[in-house]
Amino acid sequence: MTTSISKLARRGSAAALLLSPLMAQAAWNELNLTKGVTPYSETVYDLHMMILWICVITGVLVFGAIFYSILKFRKSAGAVPAQWHESTLVEFLWTAVPAIILVVMAVPATKALIMMEDVSNSAMTIKVTGYQWRWRYDYVNEGVGYYSTLAKPSDTARQLDSGIDPASVENYLLEVDNELVVPVGQKIRFLTTAADVIHAWWVPALGWKRDAIPGYINESWALIKEPGVYRGQCAELCGKDHGFMPVVVRALPEAEYKAWLEKMKAEQAPATAASAVPALSVAASR
Amino acid sequence: MSTAAAHHDEHHAHHPSGITRWLTTTNHKDIGTMYLVFSLIMFFIGGAMAMIIRLELFQPGLQWVNPQFFNSMTTMHALVMIFGAVMPAWTGFANWLVPLMIGAPDMALPRLNNWSFWILPFAFTLLLSTLFMPGGAPAGGWTMYPPLVLQTGNAFPFLIFAVHFMGASSIAGAINIIATVFNMRAPGMTLMKLPLFVWTWIITAFLLIASIPVLAGAVTMLLTDKFFGTSFFSAAGGGDPVMFQHIFWFFGHPEVYILILPAFGIASAIIPTFARKPLFGYSSMVYASASIAFLSFIVWAHHMFTVGMPLAGELFFMYATVLIAVPTGVKVFNWVATMWQSSMTFETPMLFAIAFVVLFTIGGFSGLMLGITPVDFQYHDTYFVVAHFHYVLVTGAVYALIAGTYFWLPKWTGHMYSETLGKWHFWLSTISVNVLFFPQHFLGLAGMPRRIPDYAVQFADWNMVSSIGGFVFGLSQILFVVGIVKCARGGKQATSQVWEGAHGLEWTLSSPPPYHSFSTPPAAATIEGGMR
Repeated sequence: MTTSISKLARRGSAAALLLSPLMAQAAWNELNLTKGVTPYSETVYDLHMMILWICVITGVLVFGAIFYSILKFRKSAGAVPAQWHESTLVEFLWTAVPAIILVVMAVPATKALIMMEDVSNSAMTIKVTGYQWRWRYDYVNEGVGYYSTLAKPSDTARQLDSGIDPASVENYLLEVDNELVVPVGQKIRFLTTAADVIHAWWVPALGWKRDAIPGYINESWALIKEPGVYRGQCAELCGKDHGFMPVVVRALPEAEYKAWLEKMKAEQAPATAASAVPALSVAASR
Repeated sequence: MSTAAAHHDEHHAHHPSGITRWLTTTNHKDIGTMYLVFSLIMFFIGGAMAMIIRLELFQPGLQWVNPQFFNSMTTMHALVMIFGAVMPAWTGFANWLVPLMIGAPDMALPRLNNWSFWILPFAFTLLLSTLFMPGGAPAGGWTMYPPLVLQTGNAFPFLIFAVHFMGASSIAGAINIIATVFNMRAPGMTLMKLPLFVWTWIITAFLLIASIPVLAGAVTMLLTDKFFGTSFFSAAGGGDPVMFQHIFWFFGHPEVYILILPAFGIASAIIPTFARKPLFGYSSMVYASASIAFLSFIVWAHHMFTVGMPLAGELFFMYATVLIAVPTGVKVFNWVATMWQSSMTFETPMLFAIAFVVLFTIGGFSGLMLGITPVDFQYHDTYFVVAHFHYVLVTGAVYALIAGTYFWLPKWTGHMYSETLGKWHFWLSTISVNVLFFPQHFLGLAGMPRRIPDYAVQFADWNMVSSIGGFVFGLSQILFVVGIVKCARGGKQATSQVWEGAHGLEWTLSSPPPYHSFSTPPAAATIEGGMR
């Protein structure tokens, strides 16, 4: 009885939310790309919307012509077929016009790519290492590093026939034990690599994903503008638990981040003293 | 047409009957039928795997299968559908139609033809047997990226040799088609008079010969990495895992045009027939197909933008990729222009062909979006990609195969199929396939990665919608089989021409055509009359 009432209440509140702009935003987020929280992700969003509209307009014209033909040029309506079957001018035009549209699209795309590939002048560097099936984050030159694994409640609920309703788990499959903590307003350089197979580190709100490949170190960057928690997942098939190695980034204001980093340094200091290469020794002990 | 009866010759009675007929046949029509039946069986096996995938994804949480088996299903679904269903189906169409369309008695290399088919059952016995092996079927994705694929258990060598067999079969088939078209055309059938299906298949055959050996090399290097101590793709041994991706996609991108180019040929045959108007821009269709084939060899790295390439590389592959939109656009515009000021009727083949043009174009749009590198950093490896390639492969290649089957089935069997059943098949398929794949665009944009057995709850609604579409689409295909079986068993006798607007040499022969097709070359006038 109580459960049915709470279900009913949940539905009621959902209906109320549906009318609010917040809910409309949530529904939109289920349909479209996120605008994200970095300069790059906003550029990507604008580019995505521009190409989407070009496709929609082209689609309306082409499909419009097809449906007009279907209605108008049907034998049952007494249509008599013409016999023309080529036109140099028309064929030239529909080769040239799309080519021009492509150039129009390529210009902002090239600019965005140049922006993404410019990792210079970064304020700090974080090394991201993919493992089957967890992430490791190392704050380069700070002596801080740790693993980030799917949170226990999600891990329990995701077992075959666990009987736990995923909806009852907070941030199901998108929660970790140790979040990646970063400051806002700073250009952060990410180095991605992997220890076993290929993974891909992806947070949609940052606007990109990058493969983590054993033997390779890939560079990318992000400048997060707003504090918040941003969630993502491994995007490259990496074995049986590929779906269960989420990424959680917590962006803090500068001062709070500094405080967090100092705390972590203090916690990890003895480990650093004990071993010259802490990351490797931890990896080896596993 | 009336002369067709004279083509019936005495050899007819000489071929063996029963199972030996099928084992030893060198007849292009028998081999074509075997290819088509084989591909239909594989279509249902691959489809059953897709049903398991959609069942598990029906709601969040794991209800039916464990993650390892789920990965096996996505891997095997792709391998079975690409190498078992679509590629053999195209070879089956080529076997049946190329000799009929160019006025030849049979294929140029009939024994090779028999062999190239009979490799396939062995290839797929190897591949499907891995489902019952310790460690399960391959689960590293059909792209077989190392190092992950090297973690495959007992199934690994079976996967490699199955791929080798499939490749050998495809190359043999391609050689045969090239030899046939270049040597056995009827007098007067110049290259620029070839039906577009023959043209697109010739181009496809060259793509196969150029790309399949590259795949064979790549998987052989995987084999030696696994068993013979080499380190081609192992960074720890001085090798390079990304090199595999470059080699694989140098095969893989031409491969996607191998799957779709013959579909362009089919649409170019069906639309003018039911529009009762010549195909618009025949020569630009030929040049566009050739341009697409050329470009397909210089765009491979757009499948791997996120591996971290130099800026110059990313720019080159982006520009080359979006350039493919130009010849592809020409094709779509030409089909629309063919329909303009025509006189259309809407039999089942035409319905599927029009749906092909519309839905393939939607897949083309998402392909254009994916080609833009900076945005691909978001789209890559999400359900947006899954939606894209299912629009081009299911509502593209498979729809063209279905359209072609209904179109030539009366020619092949001598009976008309049931138009009522065909229309039910069309409408149920077309509504459900969009319910199945369109929401996957939303899922991908909202952030759902591909190849995951379970997902966060915000993806639940559209996954459920997609799964419902999937179940209906899967069940609708039973109507296809019922229609084919009914048609093969009997029905209204088909005329030689079958369709009012049909042009081309295959429609001058009886339905079904005589055992040795054109035992005397058709007259030049017949070829001219068939040119539309």
